[in-house]
Amino acid sequence: MARKEYAFYPGCSSQKGASASNYLTSVESMCKTLDIKITEIPDWNCCGASISYAESGELPRHVMNARNFALAESNLPGQDIVATCAACWLGARESKERLEHNSALMADTQEALKEAGLSIKAIPEIKHMVEVLIEDLGYDELKKPVKKPLDGMKFAGYVGCQTNRPFGIHGESFENPVYLDKLIETVGGEAVPYDQKVTCCGGALAFSEPDKAQAQIKDIIESAYDNGAEMLVTPCPLCQANTEVYQGQINKKYGTKFNMPVLYYSQLMVLAYGGTAKEAGLDGNVIRARKLEAFAAK
Amino acid sequence: MSNANEQMAARYKNNFLKEIEEQAEMGEWVKMCMQCGVCSGSCPTNFHPGWDHPPQEIFMMIRAGKREEVLTSNSMWMCTSCYNCYVRCPRKLPITHIMHGIAEYAYRLGLAPKMQPTLHLSQTFWNNCTKTGRVNEVKLTQSLYFKDGFMAGIKKGLEMKDVALGLVKAKRLNIFEALGGGHKCKDIKGIQAMLAKAKELEAKRKAAKAVA
Repeated sequence: MARKEYAFYPGCSSQKGASASNYLTSVESMCKTLDIKITEIPDWNCCGASISYAESGELPRHVMNARNFALAESNLPGQDIVATCAACWLGARESKERLEHNSALMADTQEALKEAGLSIKAIPEIKHMVEVLIEDLGYDELKKPVKKPLDGMKFAGYVGCQTNRPFGIHGESFENPVYLDKLIETVGGEAVPYDQKVTCCGGALAFSEPDKAQAQIKDIIESAYDNGAEMLVTPCPLCQANTEVYQGQINKKYGTKFNMPVLYYSQLMVLAYGGTAKEAGLDGNVIRARKLEAFAAK
Repeated sequence: MSNANEQMAARYKNNFLKEIEEQAEMGEWVKMCMQCGVCSGSCPTNFHPGWDHPPQEIFMMIRAGKREEVLTSNSMWMCTSCYNCYVRCPRKLPITHIMHGIAEYAYRLGLAPKMQPTLHLSQTFWNNCTKTGRVNEVKLTQSLYFKDGFMAGIKKGLEMKDVALGLVKAKRLNIFEALGGGHKCKDIKGIQAMLAKAKELEAKRKAAKAVA
């Protein structure tokens, strides 16, 4: 038996062929090394993300999350839910909180769930993968399997918004959370201080208001460069995609020469644990992390 | 003006604050605002052009009864859901959710700006993810690019082609999703029935408040 078991909520973006599929590749490999068993919630559905608010209204949004709670509870009893995506985690946590504090909303939710043949008894705890790592295991345990520390490499830990606000990681400050820096240091890398650690990447507005979002992304990448970082590291699929894929357009617009790889914390961990480039999902980076590819091949 | 809008305007007469409190999600918090402006100063999009009124102003305008100006404003649609305002508010108002709630109410009444891009994104995203239970990223992107017509969509597609090619090469964009492939839930029927029920219950709850 694995030392920890969770009901896994991978989320839409981490599906095969979707925008964060390499996140899932690296998480699976990382969990294997750490002896964490993650079992997908059968037939899980989309959380609705933050952006659905106008079309979904209140109850339908919570009902979507409630369906996942009910499926986890009945199929994987006693297990906490773990999400890898910041928005999935936030959406699910928000629904849990609202439903637990509002009995009328809960009653309506149960009535809607009945239509899908489901019901909720007690909503499981909902964790982000980062919480599993640092709270359920702890930095010391994460350090133990390190075979190849990422010596001499400089990373800007880009925490962004939704793993940081409004819930955040327990004990961290909203203005300067340090858990990501500590994770980088745990695997032997150097976390550079820089001033855009919790700046918003624009989120979904990268689609609808690209100029505004790209101006914010520019500030983030620029600050990372100015403070000596070689790569950005993030715990969120949308932060990852936004800060990575628009660098070319930002270069055209602003005359910058950005070409900074953007990694997931889990990719760094897999590499430090001695995993291959493939296991770390490095082939999924649009801006190739050449330095890490060479490191993995060594 | 839409029928729903006329009904609500007649129901609440000159008490716009009460209307927001009863009809908009989290609207009951608006009266707690003490006008410090930390939310406006914390908003990442407030520093770009295109904003009418940051949250603090919207809240005061609600109390001042500026119904039309608030509900037709583009302001609420500038929210990136970064939650900076939410965690910094000294009175602990859930500002992000209040802004979402006012936006959703404006949309429900038919007063939201026409072709507002973030509103369009919200509609497209929800319809996309509830159709099969999971997001189809390719179809989502297609619907977003082609919102202003076919030619505009082709132009946007060409502008974005380097981004798309990069993602295809990295196996993070599955073009077969455009043909209906990709991931989906098994119990789509159950999900649809559940959502229809939720919509019905929510409408009932809000209507009951309006006649109380």
